[in-house]
Amino acid sequence: MTDSFLEEFKDPKLAKRLAESISAITLDRPVTVMHVCGTHEHAIGRAGIRAVLPKGLRLVAGPGCPVCVCPARDIDLAVAAARIDDVTVTTFGDMFRVPSTTSSLEEEKASGGDVRVVYSPLDAVEFARKHPERRVIFIAVGFETTAAPIAASLLAGPPENFFILPSLRIIPPALTFLLEGGAGPVEGFILPGHVSTVIGVDGYRFLDEIFHVPGVIAGFEPVDVLRAVRELLAQIGGEKKSSVVNLYRRVVNEEGNRKAQDAIAKVFRVDDVEWRGIGTIPNSGLVLRSEFERIDAVKHLGLTVDTEPVDIRPGCLCHKVILGESEPEECKLFGEACTPRRPHGPCMVSSEGTCRARYQYRPVNQKPRE
Amino acid sequence: MCLGIPMKIVEMDGQEAVAIAGGIRKRIRLDLLDGVQMGDFVLIHTGYAIEKLDAEEARETLELIKQVYRAGMTGETEETTS
Repeated sequence: MTDSFLEEFKDPKLAKRLAESISAITLDRPVTVMHVCGTHEHAIGRAGIRAVLPKGLRLVAGPGCPVCVCPARDIDLAVAAARIDDVTVTTFGDMFRVPSTTSSLEEEKASGGDVRVVYSPLDAVEFARKHPERRVIFIAVGFETTAAPIAASLLAGPPENFFILPSLRIIPPALTFLLEGGAGPVEGFILPGHVSTVIGVDGYRFLDEIFHVPGVIAGFEPVDVLRAVRELLAQIGGEKKSSVVNLYRRVVNEEGNRKAQDAIAKVFRVDDVEWRGIGTIPNSGLVLRSEFERIDAVKHLGLTVDTEPVDIRPGCLCHKVILGESEPEECKLFGEACTPRRPHGPCMVSSEGTCRARYQYRPVNQKPRE
Repeated sequence: MCLGIPMKIVEMDGQEAVAIAGGIRKRIRLDLLDGVQMGDFVLIHTGYAIEKLDAEEARETLELIKQVYRAGMTGETEETTS
């Protein structure tokens, strides 16, 4: 087996034909569909997919960036940890520059705090093993895809000087929240391909069974996204019965990755947690089970923050962008007071953020705001 | 964040393995996946293999897409039931 089968998905001729077939669709009313994955936003931006959509179809980005929805309080706690002498804070790179209420991990590092960017929880565990004199904290942020490796690294028995700051969230309760009125009239979802490797098609059955809303699991090549759009339109238009469809079968199966699900369930339990700019979503977070509480950095280090957390700074529209209610371009700060170099809100900091992706793929001839 | 990189398994030793893609070699863990074999393509996320890539499903999907390509704007026959 060669990997040519993966390369073929990138064939621009296929994407062009699919794009033409989608452009030719006529809608008799405005329709909004949503994806909930930062990687999808990049695929859409990079390929210019919004430019080929039928007139009247809005493809919006929902809460698909785990770093963007991580509440300021959690970053405030990480900042507090970074100020303790014998503590090393390890984090995925995306979290490094996200503003907390009064600081960021980047600023703490500049002020002498020991903050290190890692690619994997394994790197953080390894660092802890090599530095028994330090207490090493890993900021556990992410969705199901990331929760599974973190759970596996905890089940493998990390050293006693290793702790996590739990800020993991799961996608299905967020979709429920959106459908129960948390967002505008979303009529269908493009479902996140790699979260789906863990939870499978079964993880989304409620979309159809409870809400009668279509969902399409999609990969990350332009052809994958285009096929998902076409499938959603066929279901919304009534040509097909509404259902949850898996168009990413080369990776995702019906029941998902049971081993990954088991690892998550052994280490974590679900609880109500806050999403930055959105508020509390019931049963949408993963917190450590009592058997693993000894590695909870907040409890072990007695971390506290004095200041009232500020999730959304004045002028920032992140809270509306995250819900798909506003486009980044509608924000007065976008591209001017808020850029990747000098970000104002979390959606511009993380590479997965909607504002960041929209800025990166903005038209080169876009005129400055008047 | 949920970025998954398809890589090919070229060495295995218990739950540890080495995978390659585009000239990059990486040590990865297999704790989250049963039945991985040498030469398998797996999706890697934060150092762990989280799922196998199914070449047969990939070929079928490509064939469906190509049918659209050949059919042009009419006569789509794609079967997309889950």
